[in-house]
Amino acid sequence: MGAVLVCIAVTFIVFLIFIVVPGGDPAQRIAGKNATPQNIINIRHSWGFDQPFYTQYWVMLKKMFSGNLVSYTSQQNVLTQIVQGMPATFSLTLGASVIWLFFGILVGVLSAITAGRLSDRVITVLALIGISMPVFWLGIVSRYYLAEGGIVSWFPDGEYVGITQSPAQWLSHMILPWLVLAVLFIGFYGRVLRGNILDTINEDYVRTAKAKGLTPRRILVKHVLRTSLIPIVTLFGLDFAAVLGGGAILTETVFDLHGVGQYAALSINNFDLPPIMGVTMYGAFFIVAFSMLVDLFYAYLDPRIRPT
Amino acid sequence: MSTTGQPLVEIKHVKKYFPIRKGVLQREVARVHAVDDVSFAVQPGETLGLVGESGCGKSTLGRTIVRLLEPTAGEISFEGQRIEEYGPRQLRPLRRQMQMVFQDPYASLNPRKRVGTIIGDPMKIHKLGDAKERKARVEELLETVGLSPEHYNRFPHEFSGGQRQRIGIARALALRPKLIVADEPVSALDVSIQSQMLNLLEDLQNEFNLTFIFIAHDLGVVRHVSDRIAVMYLGKLVELSPAEELYTRPIMPYTEALLSAVPIPDPDLAAARERIVLEGDVPSPVNPPSGCRFHPRCRYATQVCEEVEPPLVEYGNGHLAACHHPLNVDAAALQRA
Amino acid sequence: MAERLLEVEDLSVHFSTVDGTVRAVDGVSFELERGKVLGIVGESGSGKSVTAMTLMGLTRDVNAHFGGEVRFKGRNLLELSESEMQGYRGAEIGMIFQDPMTSLNPVYRIGEQIVEAIQAHDKVDRRQAKRRAVELLKQVGIPNPESRVDDFPHQFSGGMRQRAMIAIALSCNPDVLIADEPTTALDVTIQAQIIELISRLKDELNSAVILITHDLGVVADIADEILVMYAGRVVERAQTRDLFYDPQMPYTWGLLGSIPRLDRPKPERLHSIKGAPPSVINAPEGCKFRPRCPQAFEKCVQEPGLENRVETPGHLDRCWLDVEVKRARRDATISGGHSEAA
Repeated sequence: MGAVLVCIAVTFIVFLIFIVVPGGDPAQRIAGKNATPQNIINIRHSWGFDQPFYTQYWVMLKKMFSGNLVSYTSQQNVLTQIVQGMPATFSLTLGASVIWLFFGILVGVLSAITAGRLSDRVITVLALIGISMPVFWLGIVSRYYLAEGGIVSWFPDGEYVGITQSPAQWLSHMILPWLVLAVLFIGFYGRVLRGNILDTINEDYVRTAKAKGLTPRRILVKHVLRTSLIPIVTLFGLDFAAVLGGGAILTETVFDLHGVGQYAALSINNFDLPPIMGVTMYGAFFIVAFSMLVDLFYAYLDPRIRPT
Repeated sequence: MSTTGQPLVEIKHVKKYFPIRKGVLQREVARVHAVDDVSFAVQPGETLGLVGESGCGKSTLGRTIVRLLEPTAGEISFEGQRIEEYGPRQLRPLRRQMQMVFQDPYASLNPRKRVGTIIGDPMKIHKLGDAKERKARVEELLETVGLSPEHYNRFPHEFSGGQRQRIGIARALALRPKLIVADEPVSALDVSIQSQMLNLLEDLQNEFNLTFIFIAHDLGVVRHVSDRIAVMYLGKLVELSPAEELYTRPIMPYTEALLSAVPIPDPDLAAARERIVLEGDVPSPVNPPSGCRFHPRCRYATQVCEEVEPPLVEYGNGHLAACHHPLNVDAAALQRA
Repeated sequence: MAERLLEVEDLSVHFSTVDGTVRAVDGVSFELERGKVLGIVGESGSGKSVTAMTLMGLTRDVNAHFGGEVRFKGRNLLELSESEMQGYRGAEIGMIFQDPMTSLNPVYRIGEQIVEAIQAHDKVDRRQAKRRAVELLKQVGIPNPESRVDDFPHQFSGGMRQRAMIAIALSCNPDVLIADEPTTALDVTIQAQIIELISRLKDELNSAVILITHDLGVVADIADEILVMYAGRVVERAQTRDLFYDPQMPYTWGLLGSIPRLDRPKPERLHSIKGAPPSVINAPEGCKFRPRCPQAFEKCVQEPGLENRVETPGHLDRCWLDVEVKRARRDATISGGHSEAA
């Protein structure tokens, strides 16, 4: 119930922002460059821009839920556009998330076990660099150096190829975007996990585990990691949802993947309300859904939270 | 210490329940009966010891008396004023009269504040004196509790547990309160520091004519500081007695068991005495047992104990107990009660 | 003469820290025989917990330096490799800790945690191990063990958690149980239960117990021999009755006198020891207790050795005072103390 309310609130806020922020008259933009004032008034009327804002809002909500939202600029149906962009966004999310989760955990564990020593320091610096590098910069640089037409042509230069068309092509097109997107998260997750592990190692129950005579490997995996990974689960759930919901705007745009994120970027650029609404709802849906999933999973992981 | 006259604090039928909420709409599905109908009065200048095990409600009661918590029901009177329904505004001037000292000296002091600020803040909040006067008073307080005035600018982490507890006491004294509720003030301290602290509290009481409500689980400690002792079990007051009499003539079997459980640092005595070891655990205050709450663990329990809750009855000399089968009471006293 | 399970000789544990060397344990010696309970009593900073953890090898660290020997059934545990030490932990020596809530992993069921302890040393399958776990829970007095074995730690009360910890520690039948302040976090009526349980199990399993506590009342009940530790050293060592009825160290008098006693009339003022325990980094010269000792005199600038100065053999102390003078002063200090020696 609360989830639905959140989604609706999101749409309302977006709408409000759109009304409040000056961005030019949509009617004018729809009419085009050579419009006469009468054209503009006609368009305004046929599109309903002369109605009070709450009516417009209501109309828009209706259109959205019936799949009839249409873009101001391109006249295309928003839902269709989103659906077209989904495969690319999904591919980006799934691949990148697997990479960042695996390496993030690896990095976190390694730096925690060797805490204070050289390897830990090296990893920490690398992680910080990873976190600090702007995604778009890294994207552009990797295209420049590694993609076709660049220094070495190991990878195709952007664009997306569907997996059903050609798995090999799909893979080669996705590798760079995956790596670029993952780098940021690996650094972040590694740091967070390292901190959690170092805290958990000092817990009393880890001391008990040692007193039982368990091997260090077992203590690490069954006791330390089990607890340290719980916050990572929450982070991952939300990050995954964000990227899935079109949040990787920069990555998608830099690599020209034509996914939902890029569509969002384009619409914002054009100050085009319907697609913005559509994408926002789409994204909000995933975030809310995954939040609930994470909550449920959390209860599974930490029995203290389960309802008795 | 006067035994007649108007009590400083009086509570009547005070209850404090905490709701347990479940579900999306946060409906109340059960309640924790932390304090369940407790009444007593504390005379000016006396020390009332409040003992019980975990879950008995003594800490909750202490906080409710100083209005850190609002009672679910019942009356609380301070110097004759009924304060149970006072809002924050009305409570403000009262806060100067009632203060609290907490158990954990490591957690109850703000680590970011200097000692001088910690002790002086209460005065600042109540607008007492200018900065210079406050500083002088803080230094005076530091000396009173056995610390040095030079400690004014130090941070809590630079002190040991015992010293921090002294700082907490100095803070409580800053406003010259009449009542101090001390919630397990020595439990976290080493034995040799404990006794220093108890002696200090006794000295302070004499010097400033303080009234104490001393909450503890250690019967030995409580005996040393208290004039009267109240024993709580699962939210109920089960015995109230002049201090010495509680130890020589416990009436309620729970008190007897509690006394018997206290370890005696004397091997021969320890071996010789009959140890009453209670079965089972303290039940949950969410679903307390029917009738007398102690009946599942009581070795004298009978049918009536399971069905009827025993009233708090006086057995002479200000000694009250709630039990259907009181111990150490001769027939005559039983008749009178 | 019962079998000697543990012989600790001149154990020292020093930690290098940024503030200096922490001499947590400095020359501690004792023996533990089968069937006996050894009590180690001390306040914070006395080194009692570090001693206990060192017996289990839990203090091993890059910054920890050990001296002396810890001979368990003949072998020096300090010399064992970490993996050899794992073989001893739980199997030969078990340990329980102070706070049972945080000492149990909250995300695993009690049964799982016991099974884990069993399978760490015995080659049994899960089902067998679980049956043993239920047996153990019954042995430690947990009602309805068959259903409670699947509970989580937060569903147990404090006393029951400590019982579960004891079950874990004893799951592989170790010959020595080390209990580090097992009752400090528990209510007094539960304390009595746990102490009784530890004592009973020791008899049933014919093992030995090292009980570490700050509470002299607890050791009076079940200990056979007691070590009093102060500032990393043993300052008095005696059979229980000797310690309580003929204490030789002014520190011990101080401890005994500071405890409010229920069995005696209330004193006007509680006897207390002035000052605070010393820093273990910059310990004072000579007798470590000197700054706080009301009996200190010139000789105390030289540290006394731990020796037998009274008639009773086996009663060691670190005090220069002449025994007769000492006894006279002591009886004046601890009011109402027993004046008959053991």
